[in-house]
Amino acid sequence: MLAHRIIPCLDVRQGRVVKGVKFVDIVDAGDPADCAAAYDAQGADELVFLDITASHERRGIVGSLVERVARVLSIPFTVGGGIAEIDEIRDILRAGADKVSLNSSVLKRPALIEEAAGRFGCQCVVVAIDARRKQDGTYEVFKNGGRIPTGRDVVAWAREAERLGAGEILLTSMDRDGTRDGYEIELTRRITEAVGIPVIASGGCGSADHVAEVLQRGGASAALAASIFHFGVLSVPQLKNYLAAKHIPVRPVTATEAGPLRAEA
Amino acid sequence: MIDPVLIVDYGMGNVASVLNAFTRLGVKARLSDRPQEISAARSLVLPGVGAFGDAVEEIDRRDLRKPILGAVRGGASLLGICLGMQLLFDVSDENEGTQGLGLLHGRVRRLPGGVRVPHIGWNQIEDLRPAPILEGLQPGEHLYFVHSYYVEPLPELVVAWVDYGLRFAAVAGSGKVWGIQPHPEKSQRPGETILRNFIGLSDTGGKGGEICA
Repeated sequence: MLAHRIIPCLDVRQGRVVKGVKFVDIVDAGDPADCAAAYDAQGADELVFLDITASHERRGIVGSLVERVARVLSIPFTVGGGIAEIDEIRDILRAGADKVSLNSSVLKRPALIEEAAGRFGCQCVVVAIDARRKQDGTYEVFKNGGRIPTGRDVVAWAREAERLGAGEILLTSMDRDGTRDGYEIELTRRITEAVGIPVIASGGCGSADHVAEVLQRGGASAALAASIFHFGVLSVPQLKNYLAAKHIPVRPVTATEAGPLRAEA
Repeated sequence: MIDPVLIVDYGMGNVASVLNAFTRLGVKARLSDRPQEISAARSLVLPGVGAFGDAVEEIDRRDLRKPILGAVRGGASLLGICLGMQLLFDVSDENEGTQGLGLLHGRVRRLPGGVRVPHIGWNQIEDLRPAPILEGLQPGEHLYFVHSYYVEPLPELVVAWVDYGLRFAAVAGSGKVWGIQPHPEKSQRPGETILRNFIGLSDTGGKGGEICA
């Protein structure tokens, strides 16, 4: 049986993890490779690195980050944030990332999805969608980190991304992001029903029950969360044990993988 | 002394991941796209993500088909991962006219509707048959899959299955030629076990040439 994936997300700036990661025994909580190794040992199923560096030095920083993370990680990882060129995608994958996450750049130029999928395979193209609920109950796509409305309907854009060759959708509710009030189930369900590719739900995770809800009622293939893991509200093993007890298929955390590294309760 | 593992670098993705995985295991490995090195290799890994037709084209453009087949005939062990597994077989629905390496008999098919495609994530393997490549693995262990096509080999070649609505081959092969649909280099301990087992194959000596069941 296919397990639902639990995906911690790390925000990176200038090659450093910017939100704190509370692990016991971690050498350097700001070091992406150390954080990656700790989550790998905890039983995370994948990792996402969102690089929010905006400078001309960005590519070099991202490249060396990807190389260092790839050396320590034995689970897949995705790199996103401001990626707009096919050459940058090539370099990031070549350096060892498994997937890239594309957001504003493909809203500006949707053909980039097709080009990237054609050249590197659809499995490495994640299209990230930032969604906000409108008064009429539909959802609108936002760009530039959720700041600028695009006028696009989320369902229509998700379908177009799939048609162009996206392998997965990373769907973030801007209304819920950072609130810890729970994933937006209605939004997630609409997208999982509209497309045939896997959907990763994001935004609003505050408890293990929220994850159960978005996987079961939202139909998501995977759940992404940041702060609850980083600040030690919940550890990956705790979450997986909770889900397993509810008969939601997850990849169990073995004793060795749980390791000495664990989030502070 | 163990010969280094040669990872065939034909321009189709994830070579760094495979190289990193062997390095973490303390196994000497390196990338190569040179026909002479590949024909002389004792242990070859054929990785790959993307489309079957493109991959065959890249292999042929680099003149790597004969060296790979020659190395296997000479007794080298070969592990095809994901698309690399599919390339070991005869032909794919993805590109009808394109001939695979034909080292193992079977056909590559597209995952049918009714399940989410690509098949992405950790899936359990089951119905394991005794095989050196699976030494130390238990049924029910999770490996990381990411693919839209699967292999339909001769049934006797399959040593592990996976259930994703459809039941298909997770690991197939014989002798020293093995294909694995999931990514052992991205599958933590069970994946590392498979890579170690593969290294073990090249130590066992024996002759090649009996790879087609």
